[in-house]
Amino acid sequence: MSTILKEPISKIIIEKPYLSDFFESYGITVDKDDERDLDTFFNELSEDLLEDVGTTLSDLKKAFKEYLSAMEEVLENDFQVEEITIIGGFNKSNEPENFELTIKKGDVVCIVGPTGSGKSRLLADIEWMAQGDTPTKRKVLINGEKPKKEWRFSTEHKLVAQLSQNMNFVMDLTVEEFVTLHAESRFIQDVEEKVNRIIEEANKLAGEEFTKDTPVTALSGGQSRSLMIADTAFLSKSPIILIDEIENAGIDRKKALELLVKEEKIVLMATHDPILALMGDKRLIIKNGGVAKIIESSEEEKAILPELKALDNKLLELRNRLRNGEVLK
Amino acid sequence: MKFLTISGPPSSGKTSVILKTIDALKEKGYRAGVVKFDCLLTDDDKLYMSKNIPVKKGLSGALCPDHFFVSNIEACVEWGMENNLEFLISESAGLCNRCSPHIKDILAVCVIDNLSGVNTPKKIGPMLKSADIVIITKGDIVSQAEREVFASRVKNVNPSATIMHVNGITGQGAYEFASLIEDTNEIETLKGKKLRFSMPSALCSYCLGETRIGESYQMGNVRKMEM
Repeated sequence: MSTILKEPISKIIIEKPYLSDFFESYGITVDKDDERDLDTFFNELSEDLLEDVGTTLSDLKKAFKEYLSAMEEVLENDFQVEEITIIGGFNKSNEPENFELTIKKGDVVCIVGPTGSGKSRLLADIEWMAQGDTPTKRKVLINGEKPKKEWRFSTEHKLVAQLSQNMNFVMDLTVEEFVTLHAESRFIQDVEEKVNRIIEEANKLAGEEFTKDTPVTALSGGQSRSLMIADTAFLSKSPIILIDEIENAGIDRKKALELLVKEEKIVLMATHDPILALMGDKRLIIKNGGVAKIIESSEEEKAILPELKALDNKLLELRNRLRNGEVLK
Repeated sequence: MKFLTISGPPSSGKTSVILKTIDALKEKGYRAGVVKFDCLLTDDDKLYMSKNIPVKKGLSGALCPDHFFVSNIEACVEWGMENNLEFLISESAGLCNRCSPHIKDILAVCVIDNLSGVNTPKKIGPMLKSADIVIITKGDIVSQAEREVFASRVKNVNPSATIMHVNGITGQGAYEFASLIEDTNEIETLKGKKLRFSMPSALCSYCLGETRIGESYQMGNVRKMEM
């Protein structure tokens, strides 16, 4: 911190472009050709300006220092989750769950159970990295170890990315602008390449193609979900993806899962769709606030998959015919 | 008694978050109450009452809501003490986004929602920038990408805050928020405490009831735009 204060603004902005975001967020303009050193820049900010933007010099300096160290942490962050382990606690009747489950990168686990059975609590326990301190008394280990407590509140260590049926895009941007914005917020290197890749992959999942100039708010349900899945696969820092029911319409769910698995995500999927359930390696059965059973998809169960897929393809084909204005027969 | 100030733009979900948080506090065996500050009208006190939560309502009416807040908050804390509350939560909306009810050494929470637009974190002043905890709501209706972008924008303006997502409808995250505020310091009075940030200044003829438009009617703290 003390060394950066003596450096000229023009140099700092080139080396650490994200610092101009900080000042911009405060409504303070920074000139990239400013030759003053940072300390002088701070001290020459007028009191009126500081009061107008709702801060004081000492608060601004303090926030700057914190932003700088937070950013350095983001850039150095090498949070890698290879596996998570959930150690059972108790259900609503205080009966022990008696299970210990380890889920690895690329695994797909289904969660089944009626509304209110405790699916959200299970997810919340994982997200909170519970250590016996939630109502279920469950414990969660990351890579076999107890996670650091400060990870709970760090945006860099968020474990779970959620995708559900009722999610929408609300920002007034085109697909390209939107994905670029997300990529930039992650400070990744090859923004343009990533953005193109995401749009391309999303189009492979969607029934109808969209372009990078389509406004996100104009995407159809299937297109939105495809873009959300592709974006989450490539840009979300969270290692676990929770999918809450992917609707059949307008999206190739098998490809969607394959994409997430290929990008080494841990996929948890709340679903009652038999095809999706059989694509998973395991099913957690939730009852009365607890995990009542863990079923591994058996060969016998998997044997009915071809039949189900044939049915599904038949429906898909009919749907596509309708979409293309053909007659059903 | 543990005391915290919760503020946030209108309709950001403050009341829903507080209701779910108090449910979680009750589960942990605590007695919690609310002081609700608003301008013209609020029915939120009835919502709290229907859940048997002790509540005090303050309507600022013709006064600046934050000046009204600071002139009354000490008595509200006394009310909480008299009612043997273990937690008192003050709820107020920062209407011009420049106000902030946050007090030094008192846990300060700002609630904003994902639907308010990606530039909103920039537009909110000390209410957000000086908060210890920022709660982001309505995450269940936007995409993962928007949640991440929004949270990073919040982090830009308040890098030291704990950023949490709470769902005011399902209560997801409220238990965790309740665990976090359990560690707050006990206080007995606000006497001698200071606001974290001065309130927007205004003392001009319009404050005193002037309604006529025109240079000759403007006196006091008046500032002109550059045209």
